[in-house]
Amino acid sequence: MPLSTQSQADIDQYILIASLDNARNLSNILKAISFKDHAIFNATQNGLKVTVEDSKCLQANAFIQADIFQEYTIKEDAVGFQVNLTVLLDCLTIFGASTTPGVCTALRMCYNGYGYPLTLFLEEGGVVTVCKINTQEPEEPIDFDFCSTNVTNKVILQSDSLKEAFSELDMTSEVLQITMSPSHPYFRLSTFGNSGNAHYDYPKDSDMMELFQCTKLQTNRYKISLLKPSTKALALSCKVSVRTDSRGFLSLQYLVRNDDGQICFVEYYCCPDEEVGEE
Amino acid sequence: MKFRAKIIDVGCLNHFTRVVNTVSKLSKACVLRLTCDHLFFVLSGKVASGGVSMWCELAQVNFFDEFQLEGVSADANEIFLELAPENLSRALKTAQNARSVKIKLTKKNCPCLTLAAELPSLSGVSRVVTHDIPVDVIPRRLWHDFREPQMPDYDVSIYLPPLKTMKSVVDRMKNLSNYLVMEANLNGEMNLKIETDLVSVTTHFKELGNPPWGEDGSQSTSASHRDSEFMAQTRLDIRKLQQFLTGQQVNPSRAMCNIVHNRILHLIFLHEDVSLQYFIPAVV
Repeated sequence: MPLSTQSQADIDQYILIASLDNARNLSNILKAISFKDHAIFNATQNGLKVTVEDSKCLQANAFIQADIFQEYTIKEDAVGFQVNLTVLLDCLTIFGASTTPGVCTALRMCYNGYGYPLTLFLEEGGVVTVCKINTQEPEEPIDFDFCSTNVTNKVILQSDSLKEAFSELDMTSEVLQITMSPSHPYFRLSTFGNSGNAHYDYPKDSDMMELFQCTKLQTNRYKISLLKPSTKALALSCKVSVRTDSRGFLSLQYLVRNDDGQICFVEYYCCPDEEVGEE
Repeated sequence: MKFRAKIIDVGCLNHFTRVVNTVSKLSKACVLRLTCDHLFFVLSGKVASGGVSMWCELAQVNFFDEFQLEGVSADANEIFLELAPENLSRALKTAQNARSVKIKLTKKNCPCLTLAAELPSLSGVSRVVTHDIPVDVIPRRLWHDFREPQMPDYDVSIYLPPLKTMKSVVDRMKNLSNYLVMEANLNGEMNLKIETDLVSVTTHFKELGNPPWGEDGSQSTSASHRDSEFMAQTRLDIRKLQQFLTGQQVNPSRAMCNIVHNRILHLIFLHEDVSLQYFIPAVV
């Protein structure tokens, strides 16, 4: 059914309508968190928050603010549902992941409320695709209780500088160790693999380091298998903020600029692998 | 029985290579039928190949500079060979820059199609690469298995949308489902649909146009009786359709399909002198 023939009655039923001139602005950011099938959608007046979790140790959130959408209407305070993210991504890219300038897929996403499917209307070059993705009961996302007042150490880096390190991470190492400290080595990434140990050090006065706020020496280990999915977000982003709190929880916040130059955020939370005795 | 042919023109060679590549993507084994005027690559709908059949027809004058054929007898001046098109495709790959390519039916340890490519060389001494492709000569009593398929009495005939768009839609749908429903009407509208426990997806194409068939430009008998809104549909194994869209390298100037309601999808690609027909049976 083409977009124009939707009757007013149909439109009135929807409790959430979000439209984009370029569906890539949504699909790209969702790819950054697509490491598990189940995605929890949470829509409020401010925009859309999509959450994906793994093993109760890793959580990724993508935030797409309401003003990214050309149309964003929500009739309730909060709308929540869960869909299969892989299916959603296949639907959003049904006309191919074309990067031809000037050619883009228009999207209108509608939701009728509890028990109804998430309906997508996609249009490119006069061809219309209608997708009805079944929704599930939304699970409650884990609260990592990551609070900015408990943050011990924080650095903001240009993503390019981390991309190289992450693309060369020694995957034979089980963990990635992050050391942050007000004195040398400032910010260090270490792996312990079959072929030896590797350390990447970032000096605090490097051009790549936009902000350096470390109050206390902290060394924590994180499972590489858990952090690997975050490289998808890193690849898309232009800046990344790395924070750890007093419990050693890691927060990675990525600033992602879309095709139209607008800014979205992707956030990863990861539990530490084990306690490492502080020196 | 005698067959020898020669290609000199590089354009013809490339064109022939693309056709063979397409055929090799679509079938592991097929029949090459040679007549004085035409070459045919034929795949007949065996259960083993999932019931799909293919009919690819080339006029020899458009490809070959020399073409000599003596069939099994004067009244049946044809040769039927069974071969793996992959072998022919691989042989042609090494002949990409050849000055000439000769193809000959030979008898070595077994019957072979011998392809000799004369490659350019700097020294002036010619270099020839020879490939022997084993073939089975099909006896005359079995020829009737490889006759041109009858144009089915279809319900709807319609031009296909741009193949690139159709391919990306089918590729995504294949990720989501094993089966696809293709439906079309005489109003130039075509839909591709899938439905699973997780999702239902429908892509609507319109203004595609319905090709005029027959001398009076009318659609076939069963089609002309139909209401133009009537959607003829067929449910397909999505991999078969994807394989065809992925494998084809003929970049047809005309692409169309005929649908026999709930029975078969008949795809027709026309490119200059090549016609490629592909039949995908409906699954219930």
